[in-house]
Amino acid sequence: MGEVKISDVSLAFDKENGESTLALDNVSLEIRDKEFICFIGPSGCGKTTLLRTIAGLETPDSGEITLDGERITVPDSKRGMVFQEYSLFPWNTVIQNITFGPRMQGMSKGESLERAEKYLKLVGLEQFRNSYPYELSGGMRQRVAIARALANEPKVLLMDEPFGALDAQTRNTLQNELLDVWAKNQITIVFVTHSVDEAVFLADKIVVMTARPGKIKKVINVELPRPRDRTSSEANELRHKLLRMLAEERRN
Amino acid sequence: MSKDSAKGLSGRGIELLSLATAIVIWQLVAAHIVADKFLLPSFTDVLFAFLRIVETGALFTDLSISLLHFGIGIISALVIGIPIGVSMGWFKTANRAFDPIIEIIRPIPPLAWIPFAIIWFGLTHISAGFVVFVGAVFPIIINTFDGFKSVPKIYVEAAKVLGCMTSVPLIRHVAFPSALPSIASGIRIAMGVGWMCLVAAEMFGVSSSGLGYKIWWHYYLHQMDFVLVYMLILGFLGLLIDRIFRWYVDGRLLKWRAGVVV
Repeated sequence: MGEVKISDVSLAFDKENGESTLALDNVSLEIRDKEFICFIGPSGCGKTTLLRTIAGLETPDSGEITLDGERITVPDSKRGMVFQEYSLFPWNTVIQNITFGPRMQGMSKGESLERAEKYLKLVGLEQFRNSYPYELSGGMRQRVAIARALANEPKVLLMDEPFGALDAQTRNTLQNELLDVWAKNQITIVFVTHSVDEAVFLADKIVVMTARPGKIKKVINVELPRPRDRTSSEANELRHKLLRMLAEERRN
Repeated sequence: MSKDSAKGLSGRGIELLSLATAIVIWQLVAAHIVADKFLLPSFTDVLFAFLRIVETGALFTDLSISLLHFGIGIISALVIGIPIGVSMGWFKTANRAFDPIIEIIRPIPPLAWIPFAIIWFGLTHISAGFVVFVGAVFPIIINTFDGFKSVPKIYVEAAKVLGCMTSVPLIRHVAFPSALPSIASGIRIAMGVGWMCLVAAEMFGVSSSGLGYKIWWHYYLHQMDFVLVYMLILGFLGLLIDRIFRWYVDGRLLKWRAGVVV
């Protein structure tokens, strides 16, 4: 199960001059098990903050987030995260990066290796098993980062603009691969993006956020059948609608 | 001229040629212009002096004693300096506790500790090792501290969401490997400073043997050719230690930082 319930979460950051900025303002949302959710919104709207709060990397000032009824206070291995920046440990090889999580769970060397090989295969990088991250392209690094997050077999996979730094073609490929992974692993995915195209192609549900302070403006159910056609007229229509909403937020 | 020999000349040839020229000039100047073995021993004088200390075995005794002093100093500097640097870089309180003490003691030149080294440890190997320690420990502390303080936040967060949540495993699996390049360059600096302290300590009486001590001893005997031999041995040995360290660190420990020189 991977049900995330966000109830009345507010979070402010202290600035250097003693004032504070409200990043999240009374956000409530329910994410169902095995759902693919995309957060989209103008930059600085707090979508990354919300994701980090679900991860346990930030603590809300008020309200709470639960995973399957359990309150989230600190990071743990039930929620995997893929960061926007390259976050692979550069001193570890690909396979060592992927075994990191299982090892931290106290798994034996053999077991964690077995687990890692499985996910390495899933992202199709078996031949780079013993390479160091600097030897990989950006797309390959993010594939390894996904494998590393999945190796803990989390209930929820949190992704913070994971394909933001990649070129358009690599991005499309990785989006397709991610959908395959999602179909195979049956987990909940919460995905932050600033790309409307990406959200429309991936999500079951798109959560549009307002400009700062971050609130939920609208939740849109994406009814497009899968596998999706990026250029279908329905997809276009939805993109159009989303872009209009975002433009509206930028004006405010 | 074939392409290969041109390449050879640009590869190693120029360096060797330059060294050979320097030796020839040294020999000519010393033997024919200065012509005074006391003021400037020639290359051949030094060579004979070298053969002499190899023959008597004096070289090996002094070499092993100096390396012992150096080893005592560097190893204790590592054992004490790295944990202090780690705790200062990781825990803010430790930083605030250690920082004032370190800032006051650090500017004291290591050689100023020689009188106390003798009072505390006598004319023992520990005493010379202590002076090396004083010179070596601060670069190690400071570079370890810097390395730990600049561990990218993203690696710590990535480790946390992978289930590595408490300080000890975070230090061990994330901060330490991330700080290793900085620690390694601290050790390199420390070995350079330690090497200088070693010679000075042995010269100024903290020891009654060792390469540094021999420089002073031969100076009293006005055997400047022997003084120069020991000087050159110290230089070569320092170079060798540095090269071995770099070879080990770059080739093994920091393979992941391709092309980066510590």
